[in-house]
Amino acid sequence: MSRLGTTSAPWDAVIVGGGHNGLVCAALLAKAGKKVLVLERRERVGGATLTEEHYPGFRYTVASYVVSLLRPWLWRELDLARHGLQLIPLETSFSPYPDGRSLCRGPDPIATREEIGAFSRRDAEIYPTFGKSMGRLARFVKRFVDQTAPDPTSFRPRDLAQLVGHGRAFRELPDDEEALLTRLLTASATDFLRETFEADELIAPMSCSGIIGTCLGVSSPGTAYVLLHHYMGEIDGASRAWGLARGGNGAVADAIASSAQASGVTIRTSAAVDKILVERERAVGVVLVDGEEIRARTVVSGCEPRLTMLRMVGRDHLPSDYTAGLERYKNRGSSGKVNLSLDFLPEFTCRPGDGHLRGDIAIAPSTAYLEQAFAEAKAGRWSRRPYLNVVIPSLLDRTMAPPGKHVMSIFVQYAPYHLADGPSSWPQHRDAFRDDVLDTLQEYCPRLRDAILHAQVLSPWDLEQELGLTEGNIFHGELTLDQILFQRPVAGWARYKTPVRDLWMCASGTHPGGGVMGAPGGLCAREMLAAGAL
Amino acid sequence: MSRPTPFHPRTTAANRGWAYKEWAGFVAPCSYDRHSEREYVAFRHTVGVIDVSPLYKLDVRGPDAAALVARCWSRDATQMEPGRVVYATLSDDDGYLLDDGTITMLARDHVRVTSSEPWWAWMHDYARGLDVTLTDVSHLAALAIQGPLAADALAPLLDFDLTKMRFFRARRAKLAGRPVWITRTGYTGDLGYEVFCEPEHALALWDAIFEAGAPHGIEPCGLDALDVVRIEAGFVLQGVDYVTARLAPSPKRKSTAYEAGLGWTVELDRAPFVGQRAIRDEVRRGPAWATVGLDLSWEGLEALYARYDLPPHLAPIASRASVPVYDNGKKQIGQVTSSTWSPLLKRYIAIAQVQAKFATLGTQVQVEHTVDYERGVVGAVVAPRPFFDPPRKKAQPTLRSAP
Repeated sequence: MSRLGTTSAPWDAVIVGGGHNGLVCAALLAKAGKKVLVLERRERVGGATLTEEHYPGFRYTVASYVVSLLRPWLWRELDLARHGLQLIPLETSFSPYPDGRSLCRGPDPIATREEIGAFSRRDAEIYPTFGKSMGRLARFVKRFVDQTAPDPTSFRPRDLAQLVGHGRAFRELPDDEEALLTRLLTASATDFLRETFEADELIAPMSCSGIIGTCLGVSSPGTAYVLLHHYMGEIDGASRAWGLARGGNGAVADAIASSAQASGVTIRTSAAVDKILVERERAVGVVLVDGEEIRARTVVSGCEPRLTMLRMVGRDHLPSDYTAGLERYKNRGSSGKVNLSLDFLPEFTCRPGDGHLRGDIAIAPSTAYLEQAFAEAKAGRWSRRPYLNVVIPSLLDRTMAPPGKHVMSIFVQYAPYHLADGPSSWPQHRDAFRDDVLDTLQEYCPRLRDAILHAQVLSPWDLEQELGLTEGNIFHGELTLDQILFQRPVAGWARYKTPVRDLWMCASGTHPGGGVMGAPGGLCAREMLAAGAL
Repeated sequence: MSRPTPFHPRTTAANRGWAYKEWAGFVAPCSYDRHSEREYVAFRHTVGVIDVSPLYKLDVRGPDAAALVARCWSRDATQMEPGRVVYATLSDDDGYLLDDGTITMLARDHVRVTSSEPWWAWMHDYARGLDVTLTDVSHLAALAIQGPLAADALAPLLDFDLTKMRFFRARRAKLAGRPVWITRTGYTGDLGYEVFCEPEHALALWDAIFEAGAPHGIEPCGLDALDVVRIEAGFVLQGVDYVTARLAPSPKRKSTAYEAGLGWTVELDRAPFVGQRAIRDEVRRGPAWATVGLDLSWEGLEALYARYDLPPHLAPIASRASVPVYDNGKKQIGQVTSSTWSPLLKRYIAIAQVQAKFATLGTQVQVEHTVDYERGVVGAVVAPRPFFDPPRKKAQPTLRSAP
């Protein structure tokens, strides 16, 4: 099997990093009969899809915390249900307001209409129609997500055919939807939503899906597009595609790892890769931090692009335009995470009980609030009153905490990586950051602090140090229009290839990006197999 | 007029959806909300409780109790030890399926049969010469407690170590101090138990179970959620996936146990039993039909809907509509009898009866699917049943640690 100029390698592919995408890629390559080794730096697989116990009996879904867009074709092809992956749908979206009112959107359309009707009768009636047209448009986006991105600068028949296909799909949209899609791709989340809705109490929480993971505000152009991701899950198969993995998001990685191992993949944990070995402009293997050298016919990185190319490969092996592209690549982490172990369930003053808490809870009371939160980020501070996306996994998945106890996952935005006094100052600000988050939530949940048994605080700095997320960006790079499709991570290199032969990239820094989709890993494996790379 | 079950005051109080249907003459909730999502989640992730009191229950007592059951049903009950439960089928003299249910050996001289139709008179007719009494005990209240945390909800209420109870076993017990029979059985294909008691204890048991189950996410569940999980578990339903031979409108609508996919319940080589000869002949020549699991192609569904410029749309509940199944030459070879989207498996699954030669795993077929009032077809493949079969169904449960 050895090719000219390379030594015979025991592995067809060595995957750097056992996050969900690395594992997906490994599993699909192994299913095609390849010998695959996955190397994970930490003592367990998962990367940013990780469940850990930091306080006895309480399990945190440490970083990523919902499963929404995990590609159904991977689910089926890797038989993830048999390997233990079980999705528990999030039932509701709940938003409390400082004036004591609240809004709960849920699976019952009539109840949802009544809830929205308390704020705007017009919005209440139009809400289902909006969902319907977004669902139709989401089909268009799905075409892109489930295929390698075509390169519009290329004249290769495959790119052209793909582009023509997408073009035709666009042209076949009814005129009104074509216009809607165009606005979606260019407008801000709030502008786009204001075209349909009038109640700020509804617009504010809905607009937040447009900013998650990016350092933009809800009125920044281009943020509307990500709204579609919310609806894409729904057309992937029945309703309620947003959910929790039973056992936390670590269960996603565990199921994929189990499937990968069943297909013959070897997984080594506590095996940190230091360098990707490049000889005669080809990747030929990796060197671990302890000096061990592992050779392979191909190397696939499941890590973030800058970490992979600039740190593990090194500039010496890269063309300067590629390096420049990577340096321009925006990571700009903008969010943090607080995970809590709770002795009891703290109730919301505005609505006691827990029926409305079995989903996500958005602290996004107004668009002005969100704008103010963003303004602070631009000034290099975390938001004193941030946007919070709260989930209480133990309400739906009782395995996450002891009986009667709870865990709470709080996604916090904005927590900019680049603080005014530098990213490395984050550790000294961590407690103050946590206090602001808790203060924010406590305004709605007065007994919150009484319930806390343990808190884990992850600033973007921690996400970088702990999980290798460069600048703490949860998507391995912002999902903005200039960084998606054929431009992810660098224009011309969106097909999972890199300028180093036999080195591929398979994680969220490649098309179609982050969100626990598994799509980059899956599409990378497809490309590698189609190219006869190994 | 439908009658209330002994749990009715509680099931009605908990019901926010007001969707009921008739089940064996009783009022049975379809769901407790205007949707059944929460109940499905409870069955698969926490604990779901469903009132199964409408099941027909028949007590057979006396020295020949097991002999009578063995004479009528597909299992040799004379060989069952007390405390065992088996799943069994009932056939007529021609080998056509009448019903399915469970046989529980409460004691050597006390057998309980549960079924979807009443068989008191039928069994009575076969009891000649046997020393037995047949008592319809359908008045008993019955509650199914199902789901991965079912043992957590029940164990603290019981006077024995529930974690030691094995799959398909039964025992007499005290539950919250009240006398019950408990079996490790169910219709969800998951960890689960069924509790039978006199109706006067019903409400106290309900209250105790819901109190103990509260920290484990217990939910009352209706028939809609049950229908989804039983299809995932691959279980056939009398009246839906096959029709009792007694009420079949035409001979074509009758099925044998083998054709209904229940051949595994038939213990053939033993003392004579009703239908034995016909079933033996059938086994010799091979059943004409087979019940199979079908996995409908999601890509096929997307493509079919795309032809109408629509995103795929599936009902949020299981369908019991029978739908033609075709071979690849568009010849009808059978019918889907139950189908559902499985939120857990992310697959659109179905139970179908097809001509036996199409029953091999992996066989490609086509299933009718209607979009915009027009009939089209979607590709499907014969898949193993159960679709979902977690190890916890049969394993010894480990209880969650106390706080």
